[in-house]
Amino acid sequence: MPDLGKYAAAVLSAYGVTLLLLAGIVVASLRHSAVARRRLDDIESRVGKDG
Amino acid sequence: MASIWEYANPKRFMAISAAVLPYFWAATGLTLLAGLYWGFFLTPDDYKQGSTVKIMFVHVPSAIMATGTWFMMLIASLVWYIRRHHVSALAAKAAAPIGVTFTMIALATGGIWGQPMWGTWWEWDPRLTSFLILFLFYLGYMALWQAIEAPDIAADLTSVLCIVGSVFAFLSRYAVNFWNQGLHQGASFSVDAEEHVSNAYAYPLLVCFIGFFLLFVTLVLQRTRAEIRLRRAQALEARERMA
Repeated sequence: MPDLGKYAAAVLSAYGVTLLLLAGIVVASLRHSAVARRRLDDIESRVGKDG
Repeated sequence: MASIWEYANPKRFMAISAAVLPYFWAATGLTLLAGLYWGFFLTPDDYKQGSTVKIMFVHVPSAIMATGTWFMMLIASLVWYIRRHHVSALAAKAAAPIGVTFTMIALATGGIWGQPMWGTWWEWDPRLTSFLILFLFYLGYMALWQAIEAPDIAADLTSVLCIVGSVFAFLSRYAVNFWNQGLHQGASFSVDAEEHVSNAYAYPLLVCFIGFFLLFVTLVLQRTRAEIRLRRAQALEARERMA
């Protein structure tokens, strides 16, 4: 861990917010993909792939 | 060589994106990890800013990508208007949550850096203000997509909003060149040696920027694939209801 001196709180919170938001959009995107895949699989299993 | 418009075919887009996505995820993870590690652990403190200079490695790439994402949405919206390619409208829709995330990171890290350096979390200077307006445009753009059920009408109206919002995306990047400087400094990457940051910071900053850019491309591909699946599911569900 580098010595961040008197600005440690600012630097760490900036990186913390960034990592949190990046992780948030990655997780949300993967969940969005999973939901879309399930919904399409579900309807295709009922009506067939050719609709 | 295949025409670029062939990729606007949803089936072709799904096939190609499925093949390249794992490589994009791997490249994004490696580049982001390398850039952030280099920036956080291996760069020296600045003689004026102290260790807060390390905030630059998350603030600058996210700010560039926040406006870059809007420009990508603008191009996709114009393609939708001119060529009526559904994939381009869905790609613009898919990019908005990514852009708003970059905008939030830029605003938050800018405030965190500004407090110890400028003595304030916020200042109504041209660049910051136009950036905040861009953030509100992102929220409005996503809300408009949610509010309209008919997908083509939603794509038309959000495209208009995107074109209008581009003024603020442009201003948030170039405002300092038009008006008086305000508090915000000029570009970190510059051909002007006076403005350009030292190479000790420029190289890790470049790696971080590439990491943020790769993350953007990866997430746009991932989310556009999901939007195409949802659109197909909606069409099949409508057909099922009518049968």
